[in-house]
Amino acid sequence: MTAYDEQKIAELIRALPPAPEAWVQAAQELPLVRHQLDDIVARAEADLEFRRALIDDLERALRHEGYEPEQLPLEELRRRLAD
Amino acid sequence: MQLASLPDAHLVARCRAGDENAWRELVSRFSRYVFAICSQAFRLRQEDAEEVFQEVFSRTFEHLDRLRDDEAIRPWIGQLTRRLCIDRLRASSREELAGEPAAAGSDETMEQLDEAFAVHEAMATLSENCREVLDRFFARDESYQTIGAELGIPAGTIASRISRCLGKLRELLEGRKPGPDPSSRR
Repeated sequence: MTAYDEQKIAELIRALPPAPEAWVQAAQELPLVRHQLDDIVARAEADLEFRRALIDDLERALRHEGYEPEQLPLEELRRRLAD
Repeated sequence: MQLASLPDAHLVARCRAGDENAWRELVSRFSRYVFAICSQAFRLRQEDAEEVFQEVFSRTFEHLDRLRDDEAIRPWIGQLTRRLCIDRLRASSREELAGEPAAAGSDETMEQLDEAFAVHEAMATLSENCREVLDRFFARDESYQTIGAELGIPAGTIASRISRCLGKLRELLEGRKPGPDPSSRR
């Protein structure tokens, strides 16, 4: 640590403003989102009809099953369904 | 021990064990640092900064099992953020046919952000009153009026509180024992 005067400390506090709340919240919800993705992919592997519905119209199929598509990384889900 | 008081390595271990509250704390702990690298060191556009921000935490989550040193999570996150910012700038400059991105994310700026992170860590050990008043005034750029209204203290006393709390923080950073601070978190 270097020597600090109070002006320098103030500058350093100022250098880290909070990130936008929505960004932080989205990152905090990652584990939940991962669980949901795993769940959807597992169901799609076990249920061909569900898989077909997802491939035909992903957002509609998700909404129909009670998921909120806007909360999910849809590109990643499409990739995983295509694998 | 509260999650906010856990050392980085313990917090990482709790995240790895599937503790979702620990993950929330980890994001909260490093969110300002990642945001500052994206927006100040690399001056990414808002939408690019948001994508990099989410990508950093997504990769951190995926790599929890493979970290070589849990204690080194901050420099690991710092390097990852830096790399993703550079990738983003390169992609943007390709799209705009403008060659390589202008110099950004200099070592000097990164050092300053590392130092700022250390100051925020030290600030987290002060009483809640001090933390709040310093963070609101300097990092959130709130007025005396707003701070007074939010914390329920007379606006006329804010300047002296800021000065007192800065003094405590300075003592802490210089390794001297700060004055009594009974509600200290750590």
